[in-house]
Parts: sequence; structure tokens; C-alpha cells
Amino acid sequence: MGREGELPAIAEFDSVGLRYGTGGEVLRDLDFRLNDSGFYFLTGPSGAGKTSLLKLLYLAQRPTRGRIRLFGEELSETARELLPPFRRRIGVVFQDFRLIRHLSAFDNVALPLRVAGASDEEVEAPVREMLAWVGLADRASARPPTLSGGEQQRVAIARAVINRPELLVADEPTGNVDTEMAHRLMHLFTALNRLGTTVVVATHDVGLISATAGAQLIRLENGTLVDPTGVLRNPPPRWA
Amino acid sequence: MMFGWLFVPPADRRLLGASRFRGPTPWVIAIMSFSILIIAATGLALASTAGSLTQAIQSRYAVEVPNGRGNLDAIVAALRSAPRVTSVEPVSESDMRQTLERWLGPAADSADLPVPALVNFDTSPGADVASIEKRVAAIAPSARVTAHGDRVAPLLRSIHALQWLAFGLVLLLSAAAAAAVVLAARGALDTHRFTIEVMHGIGATDLQLTHIFQRKIALDALVGSLAGAAAGALVLILLASGASFVGELTGGASLSAVDILILLLLPFALTALATWVARIAVLAALRETL
Repeated sequence: MGREGELPAIAEFDSVGLRYGTGGEVLRDLDFRLNDSGFYFLTGPSGAGKTSLLKLLYLAQRPTRGRIRLFGEELSETARELLPPFRRRIGVVFQDFRLIRHLSAFDNVALPLRVAGASDEEVEAPVREMLAWVGLADRASARPPTLSGGEQQRVAIARAVINRPELLVADEPTGNVDTEMAHRLMHLFTALNRLGTTVVVATHDVGLISATAGAQLIRLENGTLVDPTGVLRNPPPRWA
Repeated sequence: MMFGWLFVPPADRRLLGASRFRGPTPWVIAIMSFSILIIAATGLALASTAGSLTQAIQSRYAVEVPNGRGNLDAIVAALRSAPRVTSVEPVSESDMRQTLERWLGPAADSADLPVPALVNFDTSPGADVASIEKRVAAIAPSARVTAHGDRVAPLLRSIHALQWLAFGLVLLLSAAAAAAVVLAARGALDTHRFTIEVMHGIGATDLQLTHIFQRKIALDALVGSLAGAAAGALVLILLASGASFVGELTGGASLSAVDILILLLLPFALTALATWVARIAVLAALRETL
């Protein structure tokens, strides 16, 4: 429900709170929107709730209060059977890669396409192309344990973007790679963003944020959004 | 699609790694299948025995005349002339003494022993047994006509009880096999929890994941139940061909073609049960996640 003059939103959080079990709220009163085709950095100290917020975004968690709209649909209380089609529109890069160890790099990257119903023939070309794009064309048959951290990260990114997601969520994607690789990955993300994908990257790396032109900043502290300082150049519209 | 799980693509099968036929599931199913086959064969043989016995004695009667050897020919003649009596078979004195010898030993040969006369006869449906009794009583007032069915009824009841016990055991073993499959399915889900989380995360539906597990458990169950049934069949064949044990156990009854067909279908029925139970168990477990 964008306001007049606003860009269309891909995600809207309305008074969202999250608690695990009987503990206190790890996220409180989150109230923001992510514009379609925007590029966002999510920052904040460790334990601020970044990963929890990302889980809400990629539908791995439901809010305990408030409402979340994704792709124009209210999904906070949607029946779980109806969630898979929405998840297929989201690409996720995990901090720990979350690659399936006994599958080759090729099969790991092909998973989202196969889940969407693509045949082996339909999968072949795009996966080869994607592996080449992330510089792993010659490692297609390698299994994750035989790949370096950087290579695994690139396989994870290839898997996240293989089906051209509308929303790409990355949790500390550069946490396990060197500076050069980090900048290469960010280059991949900005390239995707230019193709129309909304990108949300959780990171501590201020240098990375500064080096990404046009990105907006979301800062979390103690589970709430705070008015960012310093590195913020294009604040999200509702709370800046 | 009801049997969509049968056609899971090779790439999806790789999701569970190269773990086919490992783990306890095929072994547990094989033991269950072996036991079920043996017990079901025994139950069917007992049912066949009971059927044959019932058929043989339902229209069979005996005339017993204490000290009635002198009247034997007259009784036989009266029975043969009675309407709807299809056969008359007097038991010879030597046969009677041979039977008595089991209880009395050598004393059964004593000339002082009063040996009753015994005549077996069969009737066709509609025979008037009361009228036959009157004819016999006219010749030998102390004669007694008894139905074989009355004498064998306790044995038949025992056979029927054993038969139902066998089928009850088959059901219990099937339930135990189903419980083992539930445990196996939950174990497989635990083993592959990470893969499931990843697959759910990228938009796999419960049904897609269920098909993968269902196929694996179905194959394990099929291999296990066929192996167990093959072992059971071998044991039955050895017993039937090498010893009189089965014959003695079942009263000499053999399995009919229908019985053998039922036994042949048992491993497939067990596989179908395991597959269905696996599907329910996996779907139920997946519903506990988001």
C-alpha cells in the first residue's frame, strides 16, 4: 500500500514484533518499507536482531505481532501451505552458505529451478551460465566440502539468484571471504539490482556500504530501528 | 498425482545421498515379512483344514451298538435301505480292537472284552436322521446315533481359534511394521533435517519433500518385504517337502491357489502399507515446521 509518489513496495513491516518462545522480544515495533528494486544494507551490532529480521523477510519466521506484506500480500498469518510460491520469489544467501554437502555445486545451484519444476534439460544451460558468472564453471561437479570458503559463498550466491528472485536477502555474505572477493560479490549484487532485484544485505562492513553507490541503510539496535548516522545517504522514507 | 512419488527425478533422489538400503528399515521389514508369511500360511492352512474337516463330517453319522456285533448286518441293511443315506461303512472288529489298543494295550485283544459295533454312514441334504434312528432302534434298542460333527466340534473350535489367532498375529505384526516405518521416517527426517530446511527455504512444498522420502522408504520396504517373504517361502517349502510336520500340524491340508496368491501378495501389501504410513508420518512431521 504505497503512498502517493512513493515507489512500489516489495516489503512492508507494520508494527512488527518477534519473540522466540517465552523470551523477551528480539524485534520491536519495526515499521518500514522496502521499495521495489531498492538496494538496502542492514547494519547493527551483533545481537541487534539482523538475522531475525532477515528470517521474517525470507519467510523462515512469523512475527509474533504486527503485519508483514510481501509482494503486495499480507503473509503474517498466511497458511504455511501457501508460502512456498512466495519463497520461490526470494533468494537467500546465508552466512554459513547452507549448501547441501552431498550434492555437487551444479546440483546445489540447480535446486531452486528443480523445485520450481524445471526438467534436467531446462536446468542445464542456466546453471552452467550462472556457475560461469560466479567464476566456478570448472568446479561444477565439486562437492561443497572440497570447495574453499569463497567458492562455497559463490555457489550459495549462484543458488540464491539462479531463478532471478524479486527479493535477494544476504546475511553477512562477505563475512567469510577476503576483501577482494567481498567487492566482487557486491559487484554481483549491484548487477542483479540493476536487473530489478531488490537486495537486502546484512553486514558490519562499513567500507562495503560506503563503496556501494545508491544503497540505503537500515540500522538495528536492540531489536528496534534507529535513526542512522554517518554512513546513511539515502534513508528509507518512512522513518528517516 | 497419487503415484507421483514413484517418478521422483534422479536429481531429487540425490538429495538424500547414497543411503539406499542402509539402516535398519529393510531388515526390520524383512523380519516382519518373514514372520507374517509363516503365520499367514499357517492360518490359511488351518482354515483349509477346518474347511475340509467340516465338509467331511457335516453329513456323517455313526451308529454305536454296545455288544451289538450280532445285529451288525441287520443295522447295515436298515441303513442302506433308508432314504438319503448315501453310504454305509461298518467298522470291522479288528479295526475297533486296534483303536481300543491305544488306550487298553494288549488287553484290547482279549476275547472277554465286549467290543461295540460301529457303523459310519453319510447322508445327503434333507435326510431324516430321526427316522433313521427309529429304524436302528427297532433292531437294537440300545443303539445310539451320533453326528460326527458333535464329536469333532471342540477340535474345530480349537482350529478356528488358532486360525483367528494367526490372522490376529498377522495384523499385529503389520501394525508393528507400520510403527517401525514411522520411526524410520522420523529418523530419516532427523538425518536430513538440514536438507529439508534448505529445500523449504527455497520454496519446496511438503508434497515434493514427502515424495522423496516416501520413495526411499517404499524401496526399502519393498526390498525388505520381498527378501523376508522369499526366506519365509523357502522355509515353508522345506518343511512341506522334507518333513511330515506341516501335514501333521495342519491335518494334511494343503494351500489352495487362492491361498498361495494371498501369500504372494503379502509382501506387496506390506510395502503398500509402509509407503502409506511413511507418507502420513513425513507429512505430519513437516507440518510441525513453518
